[in-house]
Order: sequence, then C-alpha cells, then structure tokens
Amino acid sequence: MTDTMGSSDKQDGIVVCDACPVLCRIREGRAGACDRYANRDGRLTRVDPVTMIHKTLSDEGDIVPFLSDPLEWGGDILPRGDTFLTGIGSGTTYPDYKPAPFIVSSRHDGIDMVTVVTEGIFSYCGLKVKIDTDRYIGPEQASVLCEGEQVGHVTTAEYGSQMLALGGVRHFTGGSKKEGNVTCQMMLSLCNKKPVELQVEGGAKMLLQAGKPPQIDGMVEERMRVGCGSAAIGMFAQQWFGHADEVIVVDDHITGVLSEHQAGKFLGMKPAGIRVRGRKSTPGRYFQVAGHGTGWGGTDVTDPLTIIDSIDGQVAWPGLRLLMVSTTGEDAEFYVLDEDCRPVKTPMPANLTVVVDRIGENCEPAMTSVLFMAGAGGSLRAGVTENPVGLTRSVRDALTRVTCGGAPVYVWPGGGITIMADVMRMPDNAFGYVPTPALVGPIEFTMRREDYQALGGYMKSVRDLSEATDTVQKRLTEWSPDNPWPFDPRRKSGD
Amino acid sequence: MAGGPQIAMLPDGKRLHLQYGPTDMIVEADGEHDEVAAAYRQAIARFRTLLPELVGELPRLRLPVDGDLEPDSFRWSTARRMAEAARLHRGSFVTPMAGVAGAVADELLAAMTEGRRLERAYANNGGDIAIHLSDGAEFTIGLVDHPGNPEPAGRFTIAQPMPVRGVATSGRHGRSFSLGIADAVTVLARNAASADVAATLVANRVNVDHPAIERRPAQELDPDSDLGPMPVTVAVDALDGASRDAALDSGLAAAQAMREAGLIYGAVLALDGTYRVAGQGLAGALPAAA
Repeated sequence: MTDTMGSSDKQDGIVVCDACPVLCRIREGRAGACDRYANRDGRLTRVDPVTMIHKTLSDEGDIVPFLSDPLEWGGDILPRGDTFLTGIGSGTTYPDYKPAPFIVSSRHDGIDMVTVVTEGIFSYCGLKVKIDTDRYIGPEQASVLCEGEQVGHVTTAEYGSQMLALGGVRHFTGGSKKEGNVTCQMMLSLCNKKPVELQVEGGAKMLLQAGKPPQIDGMVEERMRVGCGSAAIGMFAQQWFGHADEVIVVDDHITGVLSEHQAGKFLGMKPAGIRVRGRKSTPGRYFQVAGHGTGWGGTDVTDPLTIIDSIDGQVAWPGLRLLMVSTTGEDAEFYVLDEDCRPVKTPMPANLTVVVDRIGENCEPAMTSVLFMAGAGGSLRAGVTENPVGLTRSVRDALTRVTCGGAPVYVWPGGGITIMADVMRMPDNAFGYVPTPALVGPIEFTMRREDYQALGGYMKSVRDLSEATDTVQKRLTEWSPDNPWPFDPRRKSGD
Repeated sequence: MAGGPQIAMLPDGKRLHLQYGPTDMIVEADGEHDEVAAAYRQAIARFRTLLPELVGELPRLRLPVDGDLEPDSFRWSTARRMAEAARLHRGSFVTPMAGVAGAVADELLAAMTEGRRLERAYANNGGDIAIHLSDGAEFTIGLVDHPGNPEPAGRFTIAQPMPVRGVATSGRHGRSFSLGIADAVTVLARNAASADVAATLVANRVNVDHPAIERRPAQELDPDSDLGPMPVTVAVDALDGASRDAALDSGLAAAQAMREAGLIYGAVLALDGTYRVAGQGLAGALPAAA
C-alpha cells in the first residue's frame, strides 16, 4: 500500500476520489466503489494492487506483440508466457526489521531464481532531467522553483540539452516543511509521467513531462538542433552551394559562416565580406554572437541582421545572396545586397527552402527525459538479507540484477547500491510517497537461488510466485520489449 | 490522477481482463480464432466508453423504482438494462443500482457477441456473469458460498436449452451493502441484470431480528448510497441455529415468489454453511451436507 497525493475536495471528512469518472465521495475509513482508493485520515489513499509484468511468447519462442494498444491488437490467442512480480504496490517493511514483502521463487530456463520484491522508501533520491533544447533556461547553478519553493538547480548543459538536478535529501528534509512537501509532490508527478511546472530563478518557466516535448516560456520545443552552426555548415554546404553566396547559421554556442568555413573553402567559395559579431574561434566559427535567449538558435536574436557587425563594400557585391538560418531550421531569412551592399529581405528561392526544411527534418524530436536516481544501500538491504553487505557485493559481482518496476537500472560504480532508472521504461504510476516526506519506489533484486542462499538470504521466507500472490490484488502490465527480461542472466554492470 | 481503462490479456492468453474504476471484469469467448479476436476487439471498444456513459445517469439510477419508471427515458443502454430489471420488482423497495454489475456484464457480452459466430462466451463482472451459448454448448459454474473460501461448495451446469443467460451472487460480504445477513445468494435468471437485482433483493430478505447483528444507516458509510438511511449489515456475530434457519426461510420465501412470478429460474441461499434452494434443477448443485 502506498499513498497518493490525490486532488480531493473535503466536506464533513468526505474525500471525493477523482481516480475515475464515478467520483465517489468517500467517508473517512471507507473505500470507494472500486476498493482501490480509500479515505485514510481525510486523505485519499491508493490501495494498490501489486503490479506484475508479463512476457508473452509464441510457439517459436519469440515475443508476440501484446495489448500495448488494444484496438490495434490483432487478437492472437497467446499460448504461453512468463511473469515477473514488480515492487509496485508490494508495500514495504521499512525500516526492514523483517524480510521484504515478497521473496518469490520461480523457474526460468531450468534455473531456480529468487526475486526479492519491495517498495523502497527513498529519502536519498533525486531526478536528473534532460531537456532537449538550446534555448536559454537560466544560468548554471540557478535555483529551480516549484510553487515558489526551491526544489533543485540548473546543472551542466549537455549536447543539445539543458540539464536539471531536482529533489534530493536537502530539499526533502533540509529546508522548510513546505519545501519538503512541494519537492515530494514535484518528484512524484515527474516519476509518474505527469506534467510539472518549474521556474528557473532568473530564467525560463517550463512545463515538463517525461517522454513529452518540453514547453519553455509558453512555447513547445519541437526539435533538437541538428548540430552547432559549424556542424550544420559541414552537413549542408554542398546543398547550399550555387544557390547562395553566403550562409550564416545562427546558434547560441557556435555560429557558422559558410564562405569562411573550411567546408566553404573546400567548395572554392569567394569571401563575402560579411563580418558577424562575437568572438572568432577558428575560421568561420564564432562564439557569443548574441546573448542567450529563446530566439534564433537559442540566442536572444529576433532580427538576424543584428548579429552582422559590418559588410565590407570592397569584398561584397551588389546582388550577393545571403541566407541566414537557425540550427533547428525553425527560423530562416533570405537577403540580397542592394547597390550600396545593404541586405534587403527577399522571398526565399525554392531550392534554399528545401535545404532549410531539411535542417528541420534532421533535428530529432525534443524530449524531456527523467531519470530517477536513488540509493538502495541502506537499511533496505536488511529486508533482503541478514548480511546487508552481501547484497552490495552480489550486485557488484553481477550475480544479482536490480530492477525498478521491472525496468533496467544503471548501477553506479563505487560504494553502496546507487541506481538510475528511466521512468519511461517503468509501468505507469509506479511511485508513491510517505509524509516524511520521501518517495516510495519499486525495487526488485533477482538472482539464482543458490546465490541468494550464499549472500545470507531469508531462505525460509522464499515462497513460490503463485502462492505468494494468491491472496493479493494484482495488476498485470505488459512487459516492454525494450527492457531486458529480468530473469535473463546479467552480462555486465548496469545491464 | 489514475489512468483510464486497464485492458490486458491474462497470463493464460485466453481471457481478457478489463478494469476501469469499480468495474473489474473477465471475459472469454470460445470459437474460431478470427471470430474470437474480433469479439475481443468489440468488447474492448465497448468497454472504453461504458463507465463514463453510466456516470451521467447515476443520480436517477439511485432513485427507488416506482410505477412511472420508463427504461427508455435513460440515454444509454446499460442504464436501460438496469431500469428494466429493477422495474419487474417494483412492489418492493428497489433502485436500478441493484442490477448495475449484472447490466454491465450483459452490455459487454452483447457488444462482444454482436455479429460474431461463437461457440460460447461469458462476461464475468466480479461474480455477476452474463453468458452466451450456441446450440449444444454449456457452461459449468462453481458456487462459492463465502468469499473467504474460494473453493466451490457446489457446481451446476447451464445448457443451451435452459432459459438462463445470467448468474449473479449477492450477500453481505461483497462491495455493495446488504440489508440482510446472507453469506451468498446466487440467482439464475434470463440475463445478468435480472439475476443481479433478484440476488440483491433475496439477500436483503435473508434476515432476522437478532442482537448479534450490527447495522448502520447506509448513508453513514457511503453518502451517495441508494439505500439512504436504511440499516445495512456491517457485522454478524454468532447466530443460533433457529435464527439462522428463520433468516434463510424468509429469503427462500422471497425467492420462491420470484420464481413463481417467472422472474428467476432458481436460487441458492447460503448462511453459515447452511443452504436453501429454490428451483428443482439446482438441488444437485449442492454438497451432500446441504
């Protein structure tokens, strides 16, 4: 059982459940019509079924597509399969003075396996959020706010993306009570693939949801840039050649100038005499042509001519054709120089439009990715074995596979069992919370029966899968074929 | 907050599990592969909108049935099925909600079988079962007299010529409130909605005045209960044999009256391991101890 935040109206101790269209009004201590949601002390509480993931196989042993979209489903009657019990809804025995809620045995490819299934209560946990955008969201180290509370910060930008570090023990319990609760709600929503609005101090307001394009200052980011300005020139120089005399690719990191760039020289392009602002790195590559912003290519540019420092009348010529384009292809203008070598905006010729569109085509869709990171090295291990360090060693030695809701995790090198998991690879609504505040997340440890015995496992608590789950409510979810099947042998750390 | 409908095949690869809010049902069809596949697609498509449709009609469905009730005044067919089943009992206190689970099973079965050639099929909505049988087909159904003990206490077979296409069970242990003290009343009727309403009403009548029975007004437990201030059973302590028999006989009389009026085919009543049966064909369903 885990709690849910649940939006609820209260009157006379009645909570209105909004989990389904019936909108049951639930008195304190009672459950709704479904028996899945209850009113505990005036709060809507999810009485979870335990989630199992199921893999279906054809007679030939390959994976048969399941009801991922039931209406698309061809209706094949599936002959056999395999089931893995996840920690979702399993409950917890924290602080683990007794064995984990489920220690189940099953047989796979002739090998007896044991899975220790629990829900961890993680006060040490955080989120690493990757936002695919070159737009400026705020300075590195800036606070990230949710409902006015600090819940994290902007961290090192990565290729084509801005990164946030959210949550963590300092915001959970190191600040005010409100800061802790807001942090917990924010993390719960992001982990359960729901949208969250965040404000970077001195920067952008963002609407983020795992697996969806980020919305930054009210604009949905559709694509990642194709590369920096210099990379874009390398990719498209040949296609521009003959249709433009100069191409300037505007980018917040490196702005490229075709005629000066090695790619332009290679094609034998004449110098065009158009000098851009910023600091020259190598020929045809410029840093800091403008400030950061939500304009062209992640700069604050809205009129691209503002990044042109000068046009040398001795080198340039009337009639020179100039293309200016951003690194996503979302912004582009075409100019022709007049008698005085001043750029005049002109409709873009079709053969250039094609290449501008191609930049857009080659940009990958912009996404928000949420990785859940947590330490399972503490007392949680005591629910697995009488000798907690035995579990740590077994994970290190690749004898034990760690999963979160059946999804693969990356296990950090170094001490403890510190893991990262992509929430998109986990079943929906896999997370809960406790009022401490701390996040509740599923975690499973799977290993050969003899390895479990060797690490000091609770052999007397091992029960057969069907016996263990006979009396509990179950929810069946299809296994995602992108995930390794948890019972398959591990090959390397993090696999 | 929570997701929409959950739709999945069970691990046996044959049964389809459909869950949305309080509706939790298992359906299965037997027949040629393509026909079964098409039937499941039809079932899934119908399931997606069934609950939201019903929700809009809940306020009226919670009102007691009187002579003026017009089933056709409801917009959606599931509500009409509930109203039709409840209307047949309008001499007693009854609301269409008494048949909600059965009506949902009937509605889904109808959608699943429409235009399909199936040997047999069923939609089991938490124990309220709608069945479809082709010529020569039959279903054997287990009788569970207490939810704490899923081992069937008896079995009975429904064959195609019998005028039975619905089986429903009601009692004080289920999710719905009961005015009575029956552990389980199982009714066989022409469809699941009729069986559900009848089982609810017979279970209400398995009753006796006794200090061991704790009752509370329904609306104290659920503010939206269709039973309003009526006293529903919340606990039953030890009953003496005479009180138990009196409660069962009261329920049996109600069941027999329904049978004579042609509203049900038969019923099995269970309380504390003791049984009563209405309907000749059903006696063999019970263990010798009955």
